[in-house]
Amino acid sequence: MNNLLEVHSVSKSFGEHTVLNNVSIAVPKGSVFGLLGPNGAGKTTLLRVINQITMPDTGHVLLDGEPLKNAHIKDIGYLPEERGLYKTMKVGEQAMYLAQLKGMPKAEAKKKLHEWFERLEIGDWWNKKIQELSKGMAQKIQFVVTVLHEPKLLIFDEPFSGFDPINANIIKDEILRLKNEGATVIFSTHRMESVEELCDHIALLHQSNKILDGNLIDIKKQYKTNTFEVGLNTDNPEQVRKSLSERFIVSPAEFRTLGNELKLNIKLSQNGSSNELLSYLTGKGDVSHFVEVIPSVNDIFIKTVKSN
Amino acid sequence: MNHLPLIIKREYLTKVRNKSFIIMTVLSPIIMIALVTLVAYLSQINNDKVRHISVLDTSGLVYDVFEDSEFTKYNIINNMSLDAAKVVVKEQEDYGLLHISAFDTPENITKGIAFYSEESASISVISDLEMKIERRLTDLNLIAKEVDISLIKSSTIDITIKQENFDGERTSKLDSFFKLIFGGASGYLLFMFIIIYGNMIMRSVIEEKTSRIIEVIISSVKPIQLMLGKIIGTSLAGVTQFAIWIILGGVLFTLVTLIFDIDLSQLQTPQQQLLQQSLSDSDINTQVELGLAAIQRLPLVNLIIAFFLFFISGYLLYSSLYAAIGAAVDSETDTQQFMFPILMPLILSVYVGFFTVIEDPHGTISTLFSFIPFTSPVVMLMRIPFGVPIWQQVVSLIILITTFIVTVWFAAKIYRVGILMYGKKPSYRELLKWMKY
Repeated sequence: MNNLLEVHSVSKSFGEHTVLNNVSIAVPKGSVFGLLGPNGAGKTTLLRVINQITMPDTGHVLLDGEPLKNAHIKDIGYLPEERGLYKTMKVGEQAMYLAQLKGMPKAEAKKKLHEWFERLEIGDWWNKKIQELSKGMAQKIQFVVTVLHEPKLLIFDEPFSGFDPINANIIKDEILRLKNEGATVIFSTHRMESVEELCDHIALLHQSNKILDGNLIDIKKQYKTNTFEVGLNTDNPEQVRKSLSERFIVSPAEFRTLGNELKLNIKLSQNGSSNELLSYLTGKGDVSHFVEVIPSVNDIFIKTVKSN
Repeated sequence: MNHLPLIIKREYLTKVRNKSFIIMTVLSPIIMIALVTLVAYLSQINNDKVRHISVLDTSGLVYDVFEDSEFTKYNIINNMSLDAAKVVVKEQEDYGLLHISAFDTPENITKGIAFYSEESASISVISDLEMKIERRLTDLNLIAKEVDISLIKSSTIDITIKQENFDGERTSKLDSFFKLIFGGASGYLLFMFIIIYGNMIMRSVIEEKTSRIIEVIISSVKPIQLMLGKIIGTSLAGVTQFAIWIILGGVLFTLVTLIFDIDLSQLQTPQQQLLQQSLSDSDINTQVELGLAAIQRLPLVNLIIAFFLFFISGYLLYSSLYAAIGAAVDSETDTQQFMFPILMPLILSVYVGFFTVIEDPHGTISTLFSFIPFTSPVVMLMRIPFGVPIWQQVVSLIILITTFIVTVWFAAKIYRVGILMYGKKPSYRELLKWMKY
């Protein structure tokens, strides 16, 4: 079994409104899976289906090869986007309560909580009430509670919203640590830079449909245009540009360098080789910069969403 | 996994530890007792004041019926004109002046009696005077018509009707009194309980929505478990509060009566008057005996079992509706439109209970409303002390429990969808649509 989670053609509508239309995804074991999509695409509903909060109209979900059932609750840790804590309860009490709801025995929950609190340096919050904490502090506790019972599958809906960069980094490192310890992670976010950093698989939802999914590297390969970013020191930039445009598709490029060279994006034909371009360029001047343009997740996101 | 005990425990502890809950629990009986004491004390002061009433009896036939009592002193005026008497009485700052003009026959005098006072006189004073004069005038009238009064008095018969049903159980006015107390108290208790703790459940559901913890919770437990846990936990907190109120109230009440020596019987309710009326001619020992006998004659076992069954099912029925409302809205201010249909049958049942059942416990309306599920808990609880056939109780309970199950299902649907809806104020039509989700 290579996939920890498989969603098979799940559909869900609320009244007339279709929220998920025949969506299937597969999350490989040990991967960090990015679930992307504009607002209202159906991400949260899909996550709720995976968490058995919402029942799908059609389709089914397999966790570790088994159809979802009640006992799977303890195998999943879910940090929803709309998250909060009981304001008047004390931090420790509340964390204990939530941990026990996930089926942890009392003593184990206490021990694990103290470990986590120590590691995140929040040990002295145990007896504070939630309403005395800042939003970021409360988020940290929510994170701990989500991962405490060491589930196989971790689901984070916009995990970094509400964190300052320092704390966001701490959380990011913790997520990577959990992944290295064997957990599988599903991420839902708008923040493409964190997708770029963390995810190895993505799926893109748009208007209730899945419009793209797969290994991030494969997708990037699929979306690359054989375009190179080139910096060239030459005495006669205008002439070089002109002769280049006769052979390739050329457009001005924007990147920062130390010199004042000619900066161009050069797109090769489908089968064009980079060596050929490079040797052509070396004949025209000094090449100071030569990089293949890899589409960012952001570009892919915008491009696919617009084309749909 | 069954998390119900865990949820109940949390709900209970959070409620019980809440500062305002603790304050309310301690303060309410103190305030209640303080108010009752104050009212009793004030009415005592009021009654302590001695009233001076001057009587100007021109006819000279009635004045000797006015005998001084503890709080009323009569001052008989002779040989004075009415106007002069008025001036004198006003100067003396007496309570008032009673004037009886001369008359030829007792029938005519009724037009010639008047009471003058600075402020309008209290009803009890006037009716007391009227009663005294009436008696004397009736006697005079009888004498004038040559009837032997002593004969009338000696032949007057005083009866109390013994009431007995066909099975040979005896009843009396005293019994009716206890039935009223038992029925009224349990019905009213349920009513209060639903209003106070139903609202508490609703608020705690809304709190879960506004604090956004709900989704975290229901990724671990089923919404219906959470809902039932909340209802049971809050109810247990309510029972605790009620028990403390009763104990604390009882202790305070006894203390206050002992310390201030206040006679609380001065605050009489019609029921108490009924009781006293039925006891007026027996001494204390027989009173106690009669009271115990009357309580024993109540269908106690039936009463207690029915109380628990109807109380619990009725309360659960309403509280699941409160929970559903809490789930459907975002804030307490949005609850108004949904509260009305809940409060209507509740208030109706109390009205039916207090007016119709007391008048005629087995009449059509009382019987009908003790079967309709939303009014049956209160109305049936009030009817049972008067003796309701077991089959009626069972049928009513079955209807109630069936409705409860349907309502919980319906409430759980609204709850399941509603807790994840934010920022919308749903209409009834939308609630119906949620049923299908």
